[in-house]
Amino acid sequence: MTATTATTTTAATTAATIAPRPPVLQTRELGRVVGGVTLVDAVTVQVERGEILAIVGPSGAGKSSFLRLLNRLDEPTSGEVLLEGQNYRTIPPHELRRRVGMVLQSPFLFPGTVAENIQFGPRQQGSELPAETLYTLLEAVGLAGYAGRDVQNLSGGEAQRVSLVRTLANRPHVLLLDEPTSALDEATARSVEALMVRAIRGQQLTALMVTHNPDQAARVADR
Amino acid sequence: MGVVLVARWQALHLERETFVALARSLVQIVAVGSVLLLLLRGPDWTSVLVLATMMVVAAHMSAQRGRGLRGAFVVSLSGIGIGSGAVILLMTLVGVIDPALTSVVPVGSMLVYRAMITNGLVLDRLEAEVRAHAGWIEAGLALGARPGVVVGPYVRAAVRAGLIPGIEGLRSLGIVWIPGLMAGMILAGEDPIYAAVYQFVLMAMSYSVAGLTAVVSAYLVRGALFSPADQLLVRPGRTPGG
Repeated sequence: MTATTATTTTAATTAATIAPRPPVLQTRELGRVVGGVTLVDAVTVQVERGEILAIVGPSGAGKSSFLRLLNRLDEPTSGEVLLEGQNYRTIPPHELRRRVGMVLQSPFLFPGTVAENIQFGPRQQGSELPAETLYTLLEAVGLAGYAGRDVQNLSGGEAQRVSLVRTLANRPHVLLLDEPTSALDEATARSVEALMVRAIRGQQLTALMVTHNPDQAARVADR
Repeated sequence: MGVVLVARWQALHLERETFVALARSLVQIVAVGSVLLLLLRGPDWTSVLVLATMMVVAAHMSAQRGRGLRGAFVVSLSGIGIGSGAVILLMTLVGVIDPALTSVVPVGSMLVYRAMITNGLVLDRLEAEVRAHAGWIEAGLALGARPGVVVGPYVRAAVRAGLIPGIEGLRSLGIVWIPGLMAGMILAGEDPIYAAVYQFVLMAMSYSVAGLTAVVSAYLVRGALFSPADQLLVRPGRTPGG
């Protein structure tokens, strides 16, 4: 991934003129080099509240590596990340990852039921998601009535939607989407994509999606 | 030779390892016999030095099983040292093990050996489990879970794996196999009942060593799996620091 500088003007930033607020997520010259190989090269980008930003590039361009730096699954070797104006290294990793949720390329659901998977995040914070909220979240992605199902019996598209709901249950401030539909067939990918966008817009979330598909980026993202 | 042939036939790639292990063990046991001959004439306190040396060597060998883990030697030395050291010390203090050099070194060495095997199994299993489940572990971390929570099931699996030989040994004791110590005592003219009880005590000590070593090693190795920022360091095709 090469250096990118981006600014944006959205309805959210216009509203912010009353009381200036820092971008939800901002990176400055963010990079990662491992064993002499540059995975992410000085990326500067900012994402405003309620915005969906797509990062498009071919496989191996470092898109996923960049996302992994944003919720600190990997450590940057240069640059910095600001979450709502705060250097993210000052935030405890488990708290940062709750606030910057990530949907991985593969769903990696834990053995058990759909509901148990969705409750996983809130339980790490010592709380329980109310049943009503859980059902509402499932309904938003077209999985009403799936709460008690064993995740072993889900299709690829269903599993990916559960993965999305599992991340949303943590009430993140920023959502990172790492090619969330790349493992699905075209029809399922379109359907999951539409439900995903509806859920993100419905919760007025800020999202960063990486994809190798420019058409998908154009459909989903603000820029 | 038969094992080597089977290994070759099944393409297990164990021929060299088997041959080296056999040759090495022969040289070692003869050398140890010679060294013991000299040592056993020394004062009793030298048993501490002998056992400590055995623990360091055991830790070095056992750490090879966890080569992909950061600090495997320190983890192994701690697990083996605490696991076998605590049991040897306690059993010597309560009089189960005779503090004489001629007794504490042979019995202690069996316990150090058990600790070494257990530690190797725990490290090997845990590393394999973590590499195989890296995606789930990172999914858990990405949801705000602490490392101890996400790696917990694999640590428990590794501890179980480390204890299986001990459990199987206890279950089959006297039915499937007559242990060496008991056989030796009987051959030396000792009362078979006394020999059996002594063997049982040794097996119980051995199992205690395995349990303690497995828990200590598994607990310590958890720290080697993650960076200070709770990032998984062991992933498929990746070594720590990679």
